[in-house]
Amino acid sequence: MNEWVFLAVGVMLTAASVLALFRIIQGPSILDRMIASDMLLTTIICALGAEMVYNAHTKTLPAMLVLATTAFLGSVVVARYVSRNSHS
Amino acid sequence: MIFDTIADILTGVFLILGAFLSLAAGVGLIRFPDAIARLHATTKPQILGLAFVLLAIALQERRVSTILVLGLLLVFQMLTAPVSAHMIARAGYRGGIIAPESLFIDELGQAIDDAPQEEREPTKPNHRRQPTE
Repeated sequence: MNEWVFLAVGVMLTAASVLALFRIIQGPSILDRMIASDMLLTTIICALGAEMVYNAHTKTLPAMLVLATTAFLGSVVVARYVSRNSHS
Repeated sequence: MIFDTIADILTGVFLILGAFLSLAAGVGLIRFPDAIARLHATTKPQILGLAFVLLAIALQERRVSTILVLGLLLVFQMLTAPVSAHMIARAGYRGGIIAPESLFIDELGQAIDDAPQEEREPTKPNHRRQPTE
């Protein structure tokens, strides 16, 4: 398969991760940080899938499954404890 | 074989679509002004972008066991991603992080107003339930 496709995919996923990291560092409220970290985790799952297509194996499929199953727990726990005073 | 060529081309297209959705979410995360607008931007690739990537994997590994696991993965993501988005949006509304002036329609506020007084959750700051001994 064409190498350029995977190069473009890698560049786009890396740019998305860097933008999410930027928002995690900068984010004015804790909810912005949680939104950005959720998106970072989804980008990681997509990157694992793209790597499996590139190297033609299925070894990281359980890791993807576990990440997709437990990714929501962190933001749910943080959202439970957000109050009016915790704006950073 | 012609089928393998078509599957390879479709795999590339799906991978690029999924990666582009992630990139669009990242750009929206930086550009949008508000927590709830950023939530809107980032919840799109959580299911659709992942579905594109999973389609690409399924086109490359055409085995029943792999496709079953991929379907399970998509189902779990579809179950859990809306939960976290809902909880974050609700916490933002309740915690006062989302400005009420930025909302065009405020159905949750109307529902809170309609609810009986004793069923409302405390919205005051620092109003925490004391731990019972």
